[in-house]
Amino acid sequence: MVRTTIKPHQTRRGFRATGSSPIAVDVSPKEVKVGGEKNGGTQNHPRSTLRPSITPGTILILLAGRFRGKRVVFLKQLESGLLLITGPYKVNGVPLRRVNQAYVIATSTKIEVDTQIAEKFTDAYFAKEAASVKQSAEAEFFEEGKPKVKAAFPESKAADQKQVDKAVLEVVKAKENLAKYLKASWGLSKGQFPHQIVF
Amino acid sequence: MSKSNSISQVPSNFDRFVEVGRVVLVQDGPYAGKIAAIAEIIDHNRAIIDGPSTGVPRQAFAFRHLVLTSLVVPNLPRNAGTGVVRKQFDASGVAAKWSNSSWAKKREAIQKRRKTTDFERFNVFLQKRARRDLVRKAVKKAKA
Repeated sequence: MVRTTIKPHQTRRGFRATGSSPIAVDVSPKEVKVGGEKNGGTQNHPRSTLRPSITPGTILILLAGRFRGKRVVFLKQLESGLLLITGPYKVNGVPLRRVNQAYVIATSTKIEVDTQIAEKFTDAYFAKEAASVKQSAEAEFFEEGKPKVKAAFPESKAADQKQVDKAVLEVVKAKENLAKYLKASWGLSKGQFPHQIVF
Repeated sequence: MSKSNSISQVPSNFDRFVEVGRVVLVQDGPYAGKIAAIAEIIDHNRAIIDGPSTGVPRQAFAFRHLVLTSLVVPNLPRNAGTGVVRKQFDASGVAAKWSNSSWAKKREAIQKRRKTTDFERFNVFLQKRARRDLVRKAVKKAKA
């Protein structure tokens, strides 16, 4: 007989107050500049929140995108509300990257990451360079009848990746099997349901 | 313990009966997973169960949420109060017998496994893989 066990804050007839106050979160609206002369210049936008289970150094499981199934390290939340993560690249090939927190599972495994290392990263750092002149599709991909050579990954970004990974790797290697854990992919097998699993 | 049916004089095929003193495992509610003794049978569907030394307060409980164990608190009088149940329960050593049973141990192992985190499960996987490797190599060596 599979029955849900009653949790400490539940009684047989319903819920009772746990007494613990929720974590203090800044919910005051964020003022954002908007264009258009009839829009009043600024608008109040809801502030992005972060799940309490995600703190700097939390190991996350990515659920969407080309790195789905990878276990990665959370560094910080950016202004846009996206999460800054790194594989580290050397361990599992996931670079410094922004992800939406709706598409991650937060595990209870955490490492002590120095928050200083992620300080310089902003949303602008990840923004794509806008093409100055609109090109035709032909000109975008071909040059003199041959496929265009891909632009090399900027060296400064490669250096940033190395610098962050160095700090993260140091902590990862201190814990036995953690590097192996990050390298391994996560997945569900038959009969497994994520809402029933403790992470 | 009534191991035989006195009316037909034919020994019963069953060995666990709903009877006063029968130790039951609670399957539902806030006390799920704990054991208690039957103090009194109310009707075909319910009994008063009591587990003063296992943390189950005296209450009516439906049989469909209970499982009978093979353990019995001997000589428990009908409708005994909580104090008497506690005394007899402790004197019979039922709690120790329960926790030593493979049933209780397996339950505990399942609970423990269910609470493991993702990283802990990964470590278990690594250790199991290492064990498999050892066994495989030993078998191959023995066959050769």
